[in-house]
Amino acid sequence: MTHLIDIFVRAIFVNNMILAYFLGMCSFLALSKKVDTAFGLGLAVVFVLGITTPLNNLIFNGLLREGAALLPAGVDLSFLNFLCFIAVIASTVQLVEMLLDRFFPPLYNSLGIFLPLITVNCSILGGSLFMVERDYNFAESAAFGFGSGMGFFLAIVALAGIRHKLRYSNIPPGLRGLGITFILTGLMALGFQTFSSVSLQVP
Amino acid sequence: MAKNPKDIVLDPLSDNNPITVQMLGICSALAVTAQLNTAFIMSIAVILVVAASNTIISLMRNHIPPKIRMIVEMVVIATLVITVDQLLKAFAFEASKQLSVFVGLIITNCIVMGRAEAFAMQNPPKEAFFDGLGNGLGYSAILIIVAAFREFLGAGALFGFQVLPESYPGNGLMVIAPGAFVVIGLIIWLQRTVTKKYEEA
Repeated sequence: MTHLIDIFVRAIFVNNMILAYFLGMCSFLALSKKVDTAFGLGLAVVFVLGITTPLNNLIFNGLLREGAALLPAGVDLSFLNFLCFIAVIASTVQLVEMLLDRFFPPLYNSLGIFLPLITVNCSILGGSLFMVERDYNFAESAAFGFGSGMGFFLAIVALAGIRHKLRYSNIPPGLRGLGITFILTGLMALGFQTFSSVSLQVP
Repeated sequence: MAKNPKDIVLDPLSDNNPITVQMLGICSALAVTAQLNTAFIMSIAVILVVAASNTIISLMRNHIPPKIRMIVEMVVIATLVITVDQLLKAFAFEASKQLSVFVGLIITNCIVMGRAEAFAMQNPPKEAFFDGLGNGLGYSAILIIVAAFREFLGAGALFGFQVLPESYPGNGLMVIAPGAFVVIGLIIWLQRTVTKKYEEA
């Protein structure tokens, strides 16, 4: 159990999707102008990452990798992983959208247009690819996916808060908008570096 | 709008750069800029994928039903990326290990999808090819500038060769992630001050 919590905490603070791996930057920069939208997008990412990473784990281990349960021996389909993952992500997003619309209308309305946008968010595919590379099992990948989503949520809400305050400051014209946002993100990433020695496991 | 091939290629290099102006494709690439070597290989991979996907999608543009165009584009791009990934594994195994998941992430790189959607769907194959080439090059330019800064300041080396004397202590900030963000921020500042294209804050 500590092992899983460790993966979860490290995915939030140490291996933060945005601040350590630069994944999901496009939507991170474009939608961090207001705290409300940042909150909605962050929630949607937590949701989709938390579902797709373990799902892709099942598919990769059951259908694609060499020696998978449902494949004849000696067949290795792991080169198809990009194609399968992106298809799984796109259809999961669609499915989640329909389910939320049917059963949890308030949540659906608050996520709004952000759900479909998530299909092309790099951090979602990145989560699945990291899961393959690090050889996580099902429980580990669930903890990792959920933690990465939380990390994204934390980073985007924090940046939106800072950018909100920034409206009252006098920034050199060339640095306005994208430039200062990058430098801010750099400073935030520097702050998050201090977490890098965090580990829950007793050596 | 620029119509001859030269303009189509040169426009995205500075005036309409995919990273600093269009804000596309920042996602998957920054992590490979700690060294020039990896940045260089990543650039070649992205140029190949953007140019090829633009050409293929432009060739098919009259046959793709508008409703499912996203899925078709995604499949074309994913196939190309798988090809590039397999080629890298076959001929440059070391490099493909270093790039790890970031080759796969070219699929969700907004440049590829963005150019397919914005340019290749409306233009004939030749122009689409040059547009892809130009955007790939513009993206590579930023990638290589950032990598050169980070490797030079971080380790005093270029392409793995020691340039500064051994006594140079190295700058740890440039090697870790925050360095990349700050360098890009400064490049954008410089570019916007030179071109005088400011953004509303």
